[in-house]
Amino acid sequence: MQKLLSKIRPGQHVTVASIQDSFLKPKLMEMGLIIGKEIEVLFCAPLGDPIAIDVQGYVLSLRLEEAALIQVNIAGKSKDFS
Amino acid sequence: MKIALLGNPNTGKSSIFNLLTGMRQHVGNFPGVTVDKKIGAVTYNGKTYSIIDFPGTYSVYPRSKDEQVVYEVVSNPNHEDYPSVALVVVDATNIERNLLLFSQIYDLNIPCVLALNMRDLAKTKGIEIDLIGLQTAFPAAKIVETNARAGFGKDRLLNALESAERNSVHSPFLQNAKLAAVEDYKAQETEAAERFEKIQLLVQQIKKVTAVKKQSFDTKLDRILVHPIFGYVIFSAVLLIIFQFIFAVATIPMDLIDGSFSTFSSYVASLLPEGIFSDLIAQGIIPGIGGVVVFVPQIALLFFFISLLEESGYLARVVFIMDRIMRPLGLNGKSVVPLLSSVACAIPGVMATRTISDWKERLTTILVAPLMSCSARIPVYTLLIALVIPNKTLFHFFNLQGLVLFALYALGLFAALLVAFILKQTIKTKEKGYLLLELPSFKPPQWKNVGMVVWEKLRVFVTDAGKVILAISIILWAMATFGPSDQMQLAEKQTRVMAQKKALSAEVTEQKVAAIRLENSYIGILGKTIEPVIRPLGYDWKIGISLITSFAAREVFVGSLATIYAVQDDGGENKRLIDRLREDKRADGRPTYTLASGVSLMIFYVFAMQCMATLAVVKRETKSWKWPLIQIGFMAALAYTGAWIAYTLLA
Repeated sequence: MQKLLSKIRPGQHVTVASIQDSFLKPKLMEMGLIIGKEIEVLFCAPLGDPIAIDVQGYVLSLRLEEAALIQVNIAGKSKDFS
Repeated sequence: MKIALLGNPNTGKSSIFNLLTGMRQHVGNFPGVTVDKKIGAVTYNGKTYSIIDFPGTYSVYPRSKDEQVVYEVVSNPNHEDYPSVALVVVDATNIERNLLLFSQIYDLNIPCVLALNMRDLAKTKGIEIDLIGLQTAFPAAKIVETNARAGFGKDRLLNALESAERNSVHSPFLQNAKLAAVEDYKAQETEAAERFEKIQLLVQQIKKVTAVKKQSFDTKLDRILVHPIFGYVIFSAVLLIIFQFIFAVATIPMDLIDGSFSTFSSYVASLLPEGIFSDLIAQGIIPGIGGVVVFVPQIALLFFFISLLEESGYLARVVFIMDRIMRPLGLNGKSVVPLLSSVACAIPGVMATRTISDWKERLTTILVAPLMSCSARIPVYTLLIALVIPNKTLFHFFNLQGLVLFALYALGLFAALLVAFILKQTIKTKEKGYLLLELPSFKPPQWKNVGMVVWEKLRVFVTDAGKVILAISIILWAMATFGPSDQMQLAEKQTRVMAQKKALSAEVTEQKVAAIRLENSYIGILGKTIEPVIRPLGYDWKIGISLITSFAAREVFVGSLATIYAVQDDGGENKRLIDRLREDKRADGRPTYTLASGVSLMIFYVFAMQCMATLAVVKRETKSWKWPLIQIGFMAALAYTGAWIAYTLLA
């Protein structure tokens, strides 16, 4: 199932499916968000924005606006967070 | 020989820079752009290497002005800063992402040294890197293992820089690699994808992960630091400690500096023969330098704490929790520290905006920072509050004078946020604001790096801002000392005759003479000239003079009033000055200082850019006179309008 990264709840593991064309696309890719990359949403700031994700090796924070550029595949092993 | 120091942010790049160059550093400019160029020198085997510390980037392709210089330099062999050797720092804990930039530089055929840093940290995370495998993938590069935090690897780095292969074309890491244009996003995407494909294959071979920890200590700590309640509680506590230091601790050396400069100035005055030259040195230059040096303790302390927070990794978390709150105002999470710093002093506040990569958000922060009430306004506020606000208790709890002081601070903050919001709608830029910020892992701060930051900020402030402050101090001194000579002499003579008739003491006579000289100086004449303009605000020419002199710095207002009213500024409670001000009457017999004119003055000082030091720093940070002039303009407009409204309503 595909979703936008901005809709993913903390604790979920996903993989990058595609990034919407924008001036930030190369930047996001250069920061390691390449297709197939496994990432985990770690936590979000108090108002739900920005969010912090684990990009295997480092923690990247980005605004929901930027996260909404990224389509992700939801992997099987998602933790229940509720 | 020119060396370019490149690398991702948070890789220990500045530690390596400090390791190599020590104190032999200075800050220059890249031609044509508003980015600082940090240059350091190191001599090894008789050769001197000039090392340029470039801004940290994830790739050669820029998205901000800071990153632009990397692209401009490495893409153009004719650029004056084009390096003979590129020293690229690679963080062993995150080798995949770091190798992207390295492989780009490698493929530009610039001789490369790869400094594999933080391998010890990688080991504790269970990551092993096979150096031979890495060397095989990049045969033309020199690979050196460093541990800059432990101060280890300097000689090997220098040795590698010396022997780095020159002028030899090697086969690229990525076949057919070609540098894309800055605007060519498609080519950059393809390149990033292709590079990572190769890098991932390589990393699979050379990186061995032995232990995998599920949830790291960092993440646990982060859950507390970004917690909706604890996150802000911790941040407030940190701020409280910092401001305690800035207000309570920094005042001790500041008073000391203030005192020694005035002692020194009277000492010099007593040494030199009386005259203009002695006056210039004792009343113009020495207090001018003193006015610069007096800020040093606050700036040093503030940057000490800021770089401590930055080094430890906490600052990135502050940005993270504040970003959403600041965004609707056209500001950035990174604006929080500069704005709060400005409550101490706008100078370090403006200097601290460097971390904001988005130009519009940075400019907005710079423009509104001086609206935050700084410590130089305190003497003005306290004098005026004591003068016109009754010392009453409201609801058995609130002290009215304290409430007014609080209201002045709140007004400054409110104005800063409001102006930011207006600027958001008016300043147009091509760059779109975004936040892609690495939350670096927590580590104990490196004292050497902290020390270097403080040293560099102080040097920039003293040399750059210092020049302007000194120049304006001398101009203001000259205007207060000289006047149309016959008019001044006549007034002085009359005063002396009158003093003799009344048999006044020598001290009182000199005070009266000083007052009459100031009244007849060019500044005095200017004060009288602007009287019609400031009369609607409830001010007379005496206040006009103080407004002009306090353009140097706000606290000068009190000293100028003391001179005009010919009383000794006793520094502490201004008791005698307050009594004189209370007695002062206008031509029509009404008192000069009423609730209306007092509040009007307070509001004027909340808004007006009465600080040339800040102007000088804004000029330095924006690299043009355009923004400081705009800033002084809108702040003057706010001050005038605000003061006029207050006076009209209360009079």
